[in-house]
Amino acid sequence: SSWWSHVEMGPPDPILGVTEAYKRDTNSKKMNLGVGAYRDDNGKPYVLNCVRKAEAMIASKKMDKEYLPIGGLADFTRASAELALGENSEAFKSGRYVTVQGISGTGSLRIGANFLQRFFKSSRDVYLPKPSWGNHTPIFRDAGMQLQAYRYYDPKTCSLDFSGAMEDISKIPEKSVILLHACAHNPTGVDPRQEQWKELAAVVKKRNLLAYFDMAYQGFASGDINRDAWAVRYFIEQGINIVLSQSFAKNMGLYGERAGAFTVICSDADEAKRVESQLKILIRPMYSNPPVNGARIASMILNTPDLRKEWLTEVKGMADRIISMRTQLVSNLKKEGSSHNWQHITDQIGMFCFTGLKPEQVERLIKEFSVYMTKDGRISVAGVTSGNVGYLAHAIHQVTK
Amino acid sequence: LAAYRTDEGQPWVLPVVKKVEQMIANDNSLNHEYLPILGLPEFRANASRIALGDDSPAIKENRVGSVQSLGGTGALRIGANFLSRWYNGNNNTATPVYVSTPTWENHNSVFMDAGFKDIRTYHYWDASKRGLDLQGLLSDMEHAPEFSIFILHACAHNPTGTDPTPEQWKQIAAVMKRRSLFPFFDSAYQGFASGSLDKDAWAVRYFVSEGFELFCAQSFSKNFGLYNERVGNLTVVGKDADNVQRVLSQMEKIVRTTWSNPPSQGARIVATTLSSPQLFDEWKANVKTMADRVLLMRSELRSRLEALGTPGTWNHITEQIGMFSFTGLNPKQVEYMVKEKHIYLMASGRINMCGLTTKNLDYVAKSIHEAVTKIQ
Repeated sequence: SSWWSHVEMGPPDPILGVTEAYKRDTNSKKMNLGVGAYRDDNGKPYVLNCVRKAEAMIASKKMDKEYLPIGGLADFTRASAELALGENSEAFKSGRYVTVQGISGTGSLRIGANFLQRFFKSSRDVYLPKPSWGNHTPIFRDAGMQLQAYRYYDPKTCSLDFSGAMEDISKIPEKSVILLHACAHNPTGVDPRQEQWKELAAVVKKRNLLAYFDMAYQGFASGDINRDAWAVRYFIEQGINIVLSQSFAKNMGLYGERAGAFTVICSDADEAKRVESQLKILIRPMYSNPPVNGARIASMILNTPDLRKEWLTEVKGMADRIISMRTQLVSNLKKEGSSHNWQHITDQIGMFCFTGLKPEQVERLIKEFSVYMTKDGRISVAGVTSGNVGYLAHAIHQVTK
Repeated sequence: LAAYRTDEGQPWVLPVVKKVEQMIANDNSLNHEYLPILGLPEFRANASRIALGDDSPAIKENRVGSVQSLGGTGALRIGANFLSRWYNGNNNTATPVYVSTPTWENHNSVFMDAGFKDIRTYHYWDASKRGLDLQGLLSDMEHAPEFSIFILHACAHNPTGTDPTPEQWKQIAAVMKRRSLFPFFDSAYQGFASGSLDKDAWAVRYFVSEGFELFCAQSFSKNFGLYNERVGNLTVVGKDADNVQRVLSQMEKIVRTTWSNPPSQGARIVATTLSSPQLFDEWKANVKTMADRVLLMRSELRSRLEALGTPGTWNHITEQIGMFSFTGLNPKQVEYMVKEKHIYLMASGRINMCGLTTKNLDYVAKSIHEAVTKIQ
């Protein structure tokens, strides 16, 4: 007999299942709109030019492979903090922050979740927006936290339920943790406007909540890194000492290299040092020290003026292509003769779009048109190209007319 | 942290690694897309094959699973998290976990942070005879609650450098089988210890041949010199394919909330090397270079100490294996070495053999001689 007889088969990953089914489909017109990775206008993965250049520069330096410090590559963590906070940020300049390298967004979120479990004694509750990225819940749960929710997405309007959010947040018990998507909310693509962020900050401050920002799309959402970090920076300016997880998977196309960072804004530099020591104690028994490759590439780009400039242009290029696909999808739907209001497609921002399609309609899209997406009607706009946007509009119109 | 050094005291990027990195850089078909949750398939299969052997019955019977992990530590942690959730019932964090005395200092933290509440030690190092305390070890296993988890160093025990002989491993396996104890191997030095991949994997393979279900956390940090790329693999050997499949599906859940999917660069280097017969031979030669240098330093240090007539016996220096050696120096003698001679040892008397070079051998031997004769 086996030690593992009682181990259940884990349920299949819903998003991976989409890609598996897509791969099996023989229809030449098939579209994979489940993919959470950027694709160019030919539907191909895109390796940024600045990444290639950075890689060449790194190779020419012939560096050794010695272990990184537990907290990661210092040039990378400093540049990540500066990117998020802004070079003029008082918090950054005073050094009242600590940033450790994490395994992309997930790893950074997990370090933070573990840190909260160990050191945030006033509450076990983490409030997520409804809906949130599917992996947020198990990450916090496995770290030993409990999950609650606040209203966020309004399915009737396919946009932000701002009054619902404000109402729910104003009732969150003091000193709980609230998770906020800094920009390009995943999965809805619905972001608060700056005026709304101001009100959110006020209520978060009033309720004395610990604000945990997840920023996986800085630069990728609007095309402007400063604009996408606005909420993060505003909260800090309002005196809210946030914690923040960053990913460079999308905005630098470094997906499989796992480049990310976790930041804690502290009262002062001394507190930051103490927090850093505890983060290292958490990291060491997880994987000792982080992988160098992605961090080195990101650091080279952020710290080399020419490469940084090129990166900003490329990031804008990716964001612009996504925005253009949104626009084309809406205009094609109009051309198809759809009488529905599809404005939310262009109002929403980032890689994902909550189309508003119902499960039965999604199923028809998959079965009759080989257009693959998750059951909640979420599409990855990154999977749309000028070559297939017409077909997509046609298919959506067929199932919604 | 311990890493290999050349005879010039420098870090060493393996020539085969440089070659493969260049191949990867020149391959425009490669990109930076996500790996699957469990890692690069070619890496996983090859990594487990290295540990278990080409002719492993477990591989032939399709009852081996692999989880690409962030170094050996990451493999240990994923394994520990899985055991904490699924071993000996569900979420049975009261299951005792045994680590050797002494052991790598991070072992404790890995299992503690994975949730285990009862971490115990088993006898291992016998300071008086400077060798393995086999009787103590076997006795601890006899008295351990059944189903306890035992962390075993596959080879090149860290920090003592003292490994059981094959005969001793057989005795250990017999007790573990009888007491239903779970073997969790930590294999961080395969190839690096003796210079032979097969020899260094003997214990793991013996346990597999004895029908154990086991975990083996592998690190490619030392034997590939890929320290900062974080290349590791958790090899899972189960009773049959069905069990292994279910285990892997639950490993995915654990990985997904820890790092989602592993880093690709290091895994690509290892997979490319292991799947090409020519590169594989080059790698084995590089590994032997490192192992041979360490073996040479051991024999040179021992012969100098014996020539100096340094009090005590010094055969343990060459009988021990791997990167580290428990010299037998006591804390006061260690302090002398550090303060007066600027030679850095741990308080335990552990020395990193990679720090020895042909240039400093005389100095180190003389310093040990002074420490032992001047300080009691």
